[in-house]
Amino acid sequence: MNQEIPTRRVSTARRAFVLSGAAIALGALAGCNIGGPVSFNGTDITGADFGRDFRLKDPSGQERTLADFKDKVVLVFFGFTQCPDVCPTALARAAEVKTLLGPDGDRLQVLFVSVDPERDTPEVLGAYTAAFDPTFLALYGDAERLAETAKEFKVIYQKVPTGDSYTIDHTSVTYAFDTDGKLRLKLSHSQSAIEYAADVRKLLHAA
Amino acid sequence: MNHFIRTFAAAAVLAATAGSAFAQANVSVKDAWVRATVPQQKATGAFMQLQAASDSKFVSASSPLTPNVEVHEMAMQGDVMRMRQVQSVELPAGKTVELKPGGYHIMLMNLKAQVKEGDTVPFTLVFEGKDGKRETVEIKAPVKALNSTAKPAHAGH
Repeated sequence: MNQEIPTRRVSTARRAFVLSGAAIALGALAGCNIGGPVSFNGTDITGADFGRDFRLKDPSGQERTLADFKDKVVLVFFGFTQCPDVCPTALARAAEVKTLLGPDGDRLQVLFVSVDPERDTPEVLGAYTAAFDPTFLALYGDAERLAETAKEFKVIYQKVPTGDSYTIDHTSVTYAFDTDGKLRLKLSHSQSAIEYAADVRKLLHAA
Repeated sequence: MNHFIRTFAAAAVLAATAGSAFAQANVSVKDAWVRATVPQQKATGAFMQLQAASDSKFVSASSPLTPNVEVHEMAMQGDVMRMRQVQSVELPAGKTVELKPGGYHIMLMNLKAQVKEGDTVPFTLVFEGKDGKRETVEIKAPVKALNSTAKPAHAGH
């Protein structure tokens, strides 16, 4: 009978099992405070007086704000496409988070804010995020708008010349917004897709 | 100079592939790969495992894809990712040193063309032994999808 189940469903079931196992383990670690406050793997910054909103363009030139993603959990990461390491790793992890969420993955919006408006053209940005997941959206603004946005999100970025090119040091955290567009969590680059997914699931299903 | 390096490289490759008792390459290279790019993306990284039989340093890399090839180290300072060019990477005898996301990598910059999944990228890697002797190893690294991770994802803590 088991042989009848398509591979994809088996692996989804397995992922869900792994995920619930991780959740149980974390619950046990947290002392399983039933009825207590929800505990997250990321840093709970509910009530933060920053990261309130942004006004940036998507690759089609449309202006976007947080309100466009209402009813979804939004993950925001700042980076640049020439980044060989942290940015693709963060986006690959976000794609894994979406898979781990199963059907809930449709209620996740991943946003990639470019800290390199000079080189990250709309064309490159669109192709870049699509290589990880077609629903992921890159956002950009001119130098001034980027500076304002980074300040609002307590994100730093700095050009570092190397050879006749440059690389950019930047904050590597991922911010998670709840379905009402409120900033809730700061997730670290060192955390795993399983940890991210458990937190997103809690935000999606919290009362 | 360039001509000299190429000649030397060819000799080293010959020695390495011959795999004979003498002139065996001191440094072996495993699981090399390059991250694919999307059109007009100008930079990407290459990753691999290096192991030296005797204490050595990885000093430089070159590739016909671009004249701008550098060895970089990624380091997190708090929440901030910092990327710096390094002059060399130490290869203690017998120890596998990984160039991987989250650590050292070879940076290809000012790319003229897209690097596509399934292509192979030639590299000339230069190593230096404790005695100052240089060894050159030529490799061909396959290009993996942009969304590749080096290893199955582990909880990173």
